[in-house]
Amino acid sequence: MRNTKKIISPKVLRAASFLLALFIPVCTLASEINSHQQERLIHLLKHDCGSCHGLTLKGGLGPSLLSERLVTLPRELVVNTILYGRNGTPMPPWKTILTHREVEWLVDYLYSGDAGEK
Amino acid sequence: MKNKIYPHVLKGIAMLVLSLLVSACGTIRGTGDLGVVIERADGSVQIIETTGRTSLARVDGLGDLSHASVVFSRDERFAYVFGRDGGLTKIDVLQNRIVKRVIQSGNSIGGAISQDGSLIAVSNYKPGGVRIFNAQTLEMVADIPAKYKGSDQASKVVGLVDAPGQYFVFSLYDAGEIWVVNMQDINNPQIQKFRNIGRQPYDGLITPDGRYYITGLFGEDGVVLLDMWNLKSGPKRILNDYGRGNEKMPVYKMPHLEGWAVANNRVFMPGVGRNEVIVVNKDNWKQENRISVHGQPIFVMSRPDGRHIWVNFAFPRNDTIQVIDTISMNVIKTIKPGKAILHMEFTPRGENVWVSVRDNDQIKVFDTDSFEELQTLPALKPSGIFFTSRAHKTGL
Repeated sequence: MRNTKKIISPKVLRAASFLLALFIPVCTLASEINSHQQERLIHLLKHDCGSCHGLTLKGGLGPSLLSERLVTLPRELVVNTILYGRNGTPMPPWKTILTHREVEWLVDYLYSGDAGEK
Repeated sequence: MKNKIYPHVLKGIAMLVLSLLVSACGTIRGTGDLGVVIERADGSVQIIETTGRTSLARVDGLGDLSHASVVFSRDERFAYVFGRDGGLTKIDVLQNRIVKRVIQSGNSIGGAISQDGSLIAVSNYKPGGVRIFNAQTLEMVADIPAKYKGSDQASKVVGLVDAPGQYFVFSLYDAGEIWVVNMQDINNPQIQKFRNIGRQPYDGLITPDGRYYITGLFGEDGVVLLDMWNLKSGPKRILNDYGRGNEKMPVYKMPHLEGWAVANNRVFMPGVGRNEVIVVNKDNWKQENRISVHGQPIFVMSRPDGRHIWVNFAFPRNDTIQVIDTISMNVIKTIKPGKAILHMEFTPRGENVWVSVRDNDQIKVFDTDSFEELQTLPALKPSGIFFTSRAHKTGL
């Protein structure tokens, strides 16, 4: 343990995190969702998520999914809520229907502000 | 000379008679075979007729119809459309036009028309509560915020229905309450509140005779029953096993209770989070049977004669309709009309059923006896289908 501590100097850490930061966009690129999948996800968002969150995503039985609300929440929380649902609320887990990559793409799409009411 | 004028005059008279006939046919018709189909893509509705099974017109400009429902005036001429964006729109189904439209809240879920047809009530999510309007003018006559103890936010309101005696009944999703409002004196609504009925009531219905108001709970198992003929006795808990149980299956779409079917002295209800239709004896409110079906039921609708029950299902198994025989309690038919079956509506006496197939952008009409597909009409992401015959049914 002591050895590892010594090996990972702050410099290395910084470098690693820098590399990691580089790697994240690469990951996103690698997990590019093709246009057919995108169409399917947007359709699902509008019509199936929309049955609780509203076609315009302004909210219904479920809360608003517009970017101005989502930015107040940690992104990971949003991803996990979609994947695993939310206890005590009607929000179901979507992990059997959507892949992790698809959920990541949906969340990016929601945060981008392109979704919902124009 | 005479001979030459004669055919001329005759032709003229014939033309006149013909044009009179045509214009008469064009202007005078009844509304008993008309209906409204919600097109959720662009905030429009189609006016359809069920005799020739055709579309008559499209009316645009109704806002966000991602969740919409419709009630009809008792003369079956006007449709009141309740949209998700809080819009309340009055449509003349004879003239295919919007008579009046008001945005009455930020976010609404449904509505009801009073027994005498003079009042329209709308249930709202934001601001949570019920607003009641003059059915003719759409002017607001009462505002009932769903304020409750322990919260500074008003509760979302669900399961709003009318009941005999100028009553409106509804449930408070966040508060776990049922409110009964008497509107006999429109200047002085009498509100009776029943508290602690259970967690997250998500929809309600009233039996066709207007006697029992029933609310399903999402937050716990069980169903709440309120006897409108004996309000003093208060809400009663029935069917304690009804609900999601211990192994909670994900629910991808809330079942609609408006569709709970009462047939053959039994109530047929969608199992919440279960691939089952629950059969309850209406005499003692005890569960009698569970019928395994294709997916999680959304609408469980009785054919008007009560002989068959038609069921559609939640995402992702929403490409299928099943028909249950109410005597044998078996599924007797499975139909796959297309992708995303959202709603079914029977013609007044039940010989046909109209089905909205959202992802196919189609409405399909089936014979309810032979199950033969009779007609396909184009529609833009159709959802709810509402026929004018609802005008004379309590709770619809």
